[in-house]
Amino acid sequence: MTKHEETHKFLVGIFNDEDILIGAIKKLQAAGVKLHDAYTPYPVHHLDEYLGFKRSRLSKAAFLFGATGAILAATFQSYVMGIDWPMIIGGKDFIAPPSFVPVTFEFAVLCASLGMVATFLVSNGLLPWKKAVMFDPRSTDDKFVLAINLADNKKIEEAKIVELLKANGAEEVNTKEIKKK
Amino acid sequence: MASATHYSVEHENLNFVFKSELRKRLIMAMAIGVILILLGCILLMMGIGVADAHHGAGHGTGHHGGGGAEGSGHGFHWTKRLWANLWLNGVFFTGIAVIGVFFVAVQYVAHAGWSSAIKRIPEAFGYFLPITGGLLLILFFIAGHDLFHWTHSSLYEKGGKEFDKILYGKSGFFFFPLKPGSFPFFYVLRMIIFFGGWYFLFMQIRKLSLKEDLETDFNTYLKRPVIYNKLVYISTVFVVFFAISSSVSAWDWIMSIDSHWFSTMFGWYVFSSWHVTGLATIALAVILLKEQGYLKVVNENHLHDLGKFMFAFSIFWTYIWFSQFLLIYYANIPEEAIYFKERLSGHGGLYAPVFFLNIFFNFFFPFLILMTRASKRNVSILKIAIGFILVGHYLDFFMMVMPGTVGANGGFGLIEAGCLLLFASAFIYVVASNLAKAPLIAKNHPFIKESEYHVVL
Repeated sequence: MTKHEETHKFLVGIFNDEDILIGAIKKLQAAGVKLHDAYTPYPVHHLDEYLGFKRSRLSKAAFLFGATGAILAATFQSYVMGIDWPMIIGGKDFIAPPSFVPVTFEFAVLCASLGMVATFLVSNGLLPWKKAVMFDPRSTDDKFVLAINLADNKKIEEAKIVELLKANGAEEVNTKEIKKK
Repeated sequence: MASATHYSVEHENLNFVFKSELRKRLIMAMAIGVILILLGCILLMMGIGVADAHHGAGHGTGHHGGGGAEGSGHGFHWTKRLWANLWLNGVFFTGIAVIGVFFVAVQYVAHAGWSSAIKRIPEAFGYFLPITGGLLLILFFIAGHDLFHWTHSSLYEKGGKEFDKILYGKSGFFFFPLKPGSFPFFYVLRMIIFFGGWYFLFMQIRKLSLKEDLETDFNTYLKRPVIYNKLVYISTVFVVFFAISSSVSAWDWIMSIDSHWFSTMFGWYVFSSWHVTGLATIALAVILLKEQGYLKVVNENHLHDLGKFMFAFSIFWTYIWFSQFLLIYYANIPEEAIYFKERLSGHGGLYAPVFFLNIFFNFFFPFLILMTRASKRNVSILKIAIGFILVGHYLDFFMMVMPGTVGANGGFGLIEAGCLLLFASAFIYVVASNLAKAPLIAKNHPFIKESEYHVVL
């Protein structure tokens, strides 16, 4: 395989200000350019909406993890206390639902939180052995970085996109090869 | 986010108009409430819906039927159910009113900005405090003996037939510094101090809040927001005062109905029930005003936060309620467990359905309905959740007051419906008429712009 097939080529626009970045995002989208992602030194409100990102489904995953935990804990306690090894405690029924509530609740919370963390790490490629993609290290300091995957924009010429970026306030436009996932 | 639906606070100096049509309707509702109460009383006088009228009026100490209700030893007279209902609604609506003030105070203490556009609404709730305060005080003198077992002086006569050692030990809490069994000076004093303190601090907050509206130049005021700083100070005093007074008033007005029983969670329990009811009422008022074309600045982001509050405090209530229940259930000490035994199986199982409805209305429904983001931003779904919370917490207070006062003679009849209608319409009347007296939006609140641009992700 050639090197070309293993990597994606990205155009990386560097901006000085969040307003200029947002303006450029709108102009580029109007011109039909598909954007990969933007990187900023601090959270910029509504950037995700401008980039057209969908709302994360993490909360749905959290609900499912929590529900699984609650069902597991309730079933396990009922099985142990009611079927496998019944014991009389305080004269209560073998299966006494109120006394199962604290453990059920805690286990639901535990499953929801651990499951959510794991889902978040996996879906964002943040697992410990993964190397984070860094388009420009200055995005952690004072620059606003806009990345455009050329593979997503095969219909538009590279030179045209560079021109659009520069015309809409990019200080510099670099290219970067990133390995395919 | 600037969008087509964005409204600016500058364009909104509307006052709420308390139309004569609404006024008439509310007065009608109050009249219907009174008629229902009268009808209910007549039916009770005729002995319909009374379970043990034949027991007579004697103070039979040996008689402890119906799961051991404190008051069940005394004969039932129909007025008792009326007093219990007035007391129940008095305490319930006191809660909503005082939580309005508490909500405003908390927003000031937290230097919150998002709520500044809606703060006039909870602010108007406080005007109901003197009405319920006066009512509860008068009611205590009229119906103290019917509602509170501990008020009977024969319980404190040493060597007497009805002498009660346990209540004698608690007597200082009610009668200090007077003789046990005489005038409950300390109890009445506390009631006056709590209502007086709440209303006094509320008036200070309201006065300053209205004074802030008169500032002529917003930008000059922002440089030295003297009134705002004073409001933060008074709100802090209110929050500290409320922390103590809400707990003690819960012991006084509700827990002492079951005179022998006590729970260390009770102060929090009543507070949490009051709080979530108050939040639901605030949210309902905001939604209704918005539907009438007021509060254009308020959008789904503000409703989202109110929804979060209701969601969170419904769970908080459940946590408190369950903590109280589980410890008593698990330890199973007779003098503690009697409280739940009376509610679950006492009085012929009269209160058992309400006991379970209570959990469904106040936990499962709000929890599941308000869980997703979209539902907290949807007016119709919010209204459903508010309905469950308001009805549910009325039932919660019903469960606290009724078994210990009317016992087997309770139920939901004409008196209950009438009292609830009377109090609710009176509350709306007082709030609406005071809402009309000031601009709906506090335009010089230092954080008003933050509320205008408030966004919940």
